[in-house]
Amino acid sequence: MPTFVRTDKCDGCKGQDKTACMYICPHDLMKLDKDGSETGHAMRAFNQEPEQCWECYSCVKICPQNAIEARHYADIVPLGGSVQPLRGSDSIMWTIKFRNGTLKRFKFPTRTTAEGSIDPFKGKPMPKMSDITNTGSFTKDMMGGFRLGNQAELIRRK
Amino acid sequence: MSKGTFGNPEIVQEELDVLLIGGGMACCGAGYEIMRWAEAAKAENGIDLKIKMVDKAAVDRSGAVAQGLSAINTYIGSEQDPADYTRMVSNDLMGITRDDLAYDVGRNVDDSVHMFEEWGLPIWKTDAAGVRHDGADSLKEGLPTLKDGGKPVRSGKWQIMINGESYKNIVAEAAKKAMGMDRIEERIFIVKLINDKNDPLRIAGAVGFSVRNNTIHIYKAKAILLAAGGCVNIFRPRSVGEGQGRAWYPVWNAGSTYAMAAEAGAEMTMMENRFVPARFKDGYGPVGAWFLLFKAKATNAYGEDYMLKNKEMLNDYPPYGQAAVPASCLRNHLMLKEMKEGRGPIWMDTVSALARLRETLSPKEVKHLEAEAWEDFLDMCIGQCGIWVGENIEPEKKNSELMPTEPYLLGSHSGCCGIGVSGPTDVGAPTTEDHEDKAKIPAHLPQGWNWGYRSMTTVKGLFTAGDGVGASGHKFSSGSHAEGRMAAKAMVKYVIDNKDWKPELDTSAEQLVEDIYRPVRTFLEFKDYTTAIDVNPNYITPKMLQMRLQKMMDEYVAGTSTYYNTNAHMLKVAEEKLEMLKEDSLKMRAKDLHELLRAWENYHRIITAEAHMKHIQFREESRYPGFYYRTDFNLVDEKNWHCFVNSIYDKKTHKWNCFKRKHVDLVDKSKLFKPAVPH
Repeated sequence: MPTFVRTDKCDGCKGQDKTACMYICPHDLMKLDKDGSETGHAMRAFNQEPEQCWECYSCVKICPQNAIEARHYADIVPLGGSVQPLRGSDSIMWTIKFRNGTLKRFKFPTRTTAEGSIDPFKGKPMPKMSDITNTGSFTKDMMGGFRLGNQAELIRRK
Repeated sequence: MSKGTFGNPEIVQEELDVLLIGGGMACCGAGYEIMRWAEAAKAENGIDLKIKMVDKAAVDRSGAVAQGLSAINTYIGSEQDPADYTRMVSNDLMGITRDDLAYDVGRNVDDSVHMFEEWGLPIWKTDAAGVRHDGADSLKEGLPTLKDGGKPVRSGKWQIMINGESYKNIVAEAAKKAMGMDRIEERIFIVKLINDKNDPLRIAGAVGFSVRNNTIHIYKAKAILLAAGGCVNIFRPRSVGEGQGRAWYPVWNAGSTYAMAAEAGAEMTMMENRFVPARFKDGYGPVGAWFLLFKAKATNAYGEDYMLKNKEMLNDYPPYGQAAVPASCLRNHLMLKEMKEGRGPIWMDTVSALARLRETLSPKEVKHLEAEAWEDFLDMCIGQCGIWVGENIEPEKKNSELMPTEPYLLGSHSGCCGIGVSGPTDVGAPTTEDHEDKAKIPAHLPQGWNWGYRSMTTVKGLFTAGDGVGASGHKFSSGSHAEGRMAAKAMVKYVIDNKDWKPELDTSAEQLVEDIYRPVRTFLEFKDYTTAIDVNPNYITPKMLQMRLQKMMDEYVAGTSTYYNTNAHMLKVAEEKLEMLKEDSLKMRAKDLHELLRAWENYHRIITAEAHMKHIQFREESRYPGFYYRTDFNLVDEKNWHCFVNSIYDKKTHKWNCFKRKHVDLVDKSKLFKPAVPH
């Protein structure tokens, strides 16, 4: 389902050099039409290659104006449904509308820490170079995730 | 802004110690791990490593986990042994995997998973009463983390459920914080590796271009981690309109890892392997939770469970068919029989499964169950929900179709194609090559399974992880992160050991610009020859080139239109057509930087596709029934082909050289199998 941008909501991220959707799209699909020469809508973003859209919704989720939605693949899906998220800092809300009008809403957690709060090496040991050829990451002894395994299983080990 | 123009890009050159190509799980793992070892190297050895990560997209949402995931598919847990995991990997891939690599992932992967939870990834837990809680709820309930003995919700022997919409953002945040944004460049697409001028078997750098500015970036580096994903869209997909973007694996995985490594001279391994997932039709939504968590059955049109009905067919493939869980390809094999004999469509019986579960649940629990079923898609495959809403499918009321997809090439999921890498030295891996055809292995290649630095390819200084590592598989997101961390350590060691060596590129900057911007210059030279921009005898659009590739791979190299069948004659036709396609790739046009990105992605696809075809041609058996069949050698031939097929590519002559390497078991596989059924 390629994404589309609503002309009434997109503000081209207020004339910044790149829009949020351009920044995030993993497949370089979103493009800002600065002068309207490509779409007839100046300072609006658009999906320049809809048949390459993976429907990952990265642009939908990041858009500060909620201007991006998805119209499900025209070569597969009957018209009329929609699946629209509202992503917050610790959860995401989904509004799901069926072709027959049935509505469902779901809310799921997305993270248990504040965005931007990761302190990657806090409380983590400094490795010793003498360990560099041994198996295991520098957190091997403190994260409880290293599984030594039953050495007898290694039938060729001498 | 760049001083370059579309016709004449600006050249930016940089000298590094370590370059990470990609920004997915593997590179994020490497980026995190390497900074700590770099700090140690500075403190102990007085060496200040210059490190950079370059991603063609934005790290927050790049790679296969960009959309999110609803499960972590590799978590060993305290109750299982890395050897059990190694056996599962081996059997699912029909016996031909590197036990050393799988075992090493098995013993290290949980460290990364525990880290993800610490960083904020919500992981479902089961409480003492056996009730399951989502990742946020389990925190509120005071259930312990995995690190502290918390019990995950298993949706399979190796899988655990997560609330993974922001999985990649979280992992990216840790990598970005560890590295600092001055060490990360986004929207630069690396398209070629460069060998050393004085040693063609050594890596010296890489080159790419910005998809935002008119700049070419040339990096010199002592060590490079190439981890740019698997390969999607080399076969004609089942949906060829707008829906072709709805590939099962991410559409931006263009085979860059395989193509660049092959051109640099790295030994490729098991490139004949592919993955043909059986998924919800058209949307390619995940089936794992439906089978394993909700206990749904798949049936033919007449309600028959084809896994039971056709179970005798598993006996044709001893011992792999006799494992408690038959290999993924064999499950497809049984499904395909129903489809080929006209008993489709194949259904996932969601209605009966949910009805059975409702019998024992309270209304509140039923509501929770419904949310879980939807979250499974919304976290990782929103497009499947799009199909459900468009077709008015509520899973408790209406069943959904299943379908085997077009083939995918990858090394981290349920596939094992990729690059050969040096493994761990402490698990009993062979150090010599004992295959009876060993004389056919090019003399410059190492013997045995380890050659100095963990995760290094046979090209000195070139490392890989995740989808790049062949002959292992079933690493998934967590295992790819763990592999990135392994490679990071080894690269630090490599750089220290080579601290006085200086890389020299074997190609001039001018030549690199000429090569990389060729599609742009072709366009500018010929664009005014015709009135229609896309129809011009002097060039081909990247889009049409991709469609040509997809058509030939589909029709001759065992795509969906032949029910995954091919033979030596069909492969011969493919060989000729691919040869011409490769020649025509020099005539691709690029009308803007976006199309230049597509041009190079499709060049990488061609090289990857060619490797796949050559390996299938060389392996005269059908190792993966259900994924592909050589109809002229329609058997699993344990006597002649229980071995690795490896290859090297010569970028000067454009020729592939395939050869066998001996397969060795490092763990006992007989524990997997029921006694053979005589027939």
